[in-house]
Parts: sequence; structure tokens; C-alpha cells
Amino acid sequence: MKRARSKSPSLDEARLRQQAIGVKLRQMFDEVVNEPVPDEFLNILRRADEKRSGEG
Amino acid sequence: MASAHHPSGEEDSPRDEAFRRELVGLIPHLRAFARTLCGDPTAADDLAQDAMLKAWDARNSFQMGTNMKAWTFMILRNQFYSEKRRSWRQSQLDQEAAERTLVAVDDPEAPVALDELRQGLAMLPIEQREALILVGAGGFAYEEAAAICECAVGTVKSRVSRARRALQGILASGAYRRDGSAAGEAMASILADAERLSAIK
Repeated sequence: MKRARSKSPSLDEARLRQQAIGVKLRQMFDEVVNEPVPDEFLNILRRADEKRSGEG
Repeated sequence: MASAHHPSGEEDSPRDEAFRRELVGLIPHLRAFARTLCGDPTAADDLAQDAMLKAWDARNSFQMGTNMKAWTFMILRNQFYSEKRRSWRQSQLDQEAAERTLVAVDDPEAPVALDELRQGLAMLPIEQREALILVGAGGFAYEEAAAICECAVGTVKSRVSRARRALQGILASGAYRRDGSAAGEAMASILADAERLSAIK
């Protein structure tokens, strides 16, 4: 087994698993980033701006 | 002078217009960060909206050309903690739960499923979770994450490293199996009971 050359196979294993977790973390985050932004966000921002104008 | 006509009849200054454009571009990222802090998508969107509004209101204190993403993330995070101020106890309980679940990693694991990852993340103490998300998913350097979390760079590094170890332990322990949510429900009810008991005291 090639793996036997490594002093610590479990360290390699851990590293691989960390990489897998890292990939999934980004995937999880990006899933939300790629969702369409609900209209509500832009509506709220527009209303906030109108309110400011009203106050001014 | 002003570049954009405004529905209210007033026009945004060019600076406001540039700020608004950049802020709108950051909304997807604010939503994603909020989702990892809150878990619940509806609560997360409320949080992201609050943060967006706060950023807009504070736009004059933002220095254009500096890192607006980090700035808005800091606002969102502060908002989250000011709402959560009374549940620090919960984060301590989460930490104890995560530590109890830590086991030695000694067998190869199937690829990590997203659901398991979400559940595993939810078990991490919030400080570790946010550090890991900012650095591991949000694309921030340790220094930027430290600025967002208002702590030392070394603290962020240690939180990320502890979060990685804990998450790996949680996932490897099989506390969250794909074939059922019993373990998660059990843990949630344990935490809820503990909360209730401490509230009665």
C-alpha cells in the first residue's frame, strides 16, 4: 500500500476530511449567495431612502 | 449633479448611488452569513435586512474604497449579538454539547452531506462557527475576520482551528446520520430542558 509510506496515515485521512469539509462549507455558503435576492430587500432599501427624503 | 432620479423626487448624490450599488451587490453575501448565524432562513433574512438598513443609515461613516463587505458583515454580526445578548448561556451549552460529541477520528468517512454539515455547524459554539464561516466560506483573510469579530488575529486562528477539529469530530462520530434526525432531536430537547431549568432558577 502506498499509504503505508506515510508516517501517519490518519493525518492524511484527517487532512482529506478537512478538505472535504472546506469544500462543503463553501458550497453551503454559496448556495445561499446564489439564491435570487427577495424583492423585499430592495423594497426596504427604497422605502428607507424615501423616508430620509421626507425627513430632509 | 446627482446621477439618479429618485421616486421621492429627491436625487441620490453620486456617492450615495455608488454606495447603494455596492450594498445591493452584497445582499446575497449578507443573507448567506446571516443564514449561518441564525439557521432559520426567515430569521436570517430579517437579520440581513436589518443589517442592510443599518449600513444604509450609516453610509456617511463608511470610507468609500475600503472593504464594504467586511464592514457590512461587522454590522450584521453586531446586530445578531445585540439581539442574542440574553442567550449567551445557550452558546455555553452548545460548546459543552460539542465537546461531549468529540471522538477520535479513526475510520474513513463517507463524503460529507450538506445536511450533516449544517447540523454539525449548529452544534459549534457561535464564536467558532462564525470564525470558520468567515475564513472557510466567506473568503475573508484571518486579519479581516479578526476585524469583523473585533478580536485578535490569533484568536480567530485558534477559533477556526478548534472549529475544524470539532466539526470533524462531530461528523465522524456519526451523531448526525443521514437516515434519521433522532440524535439531533435528542440534543435539541436536552438543550431546551437545560434552558428551561435554568430559567426556573
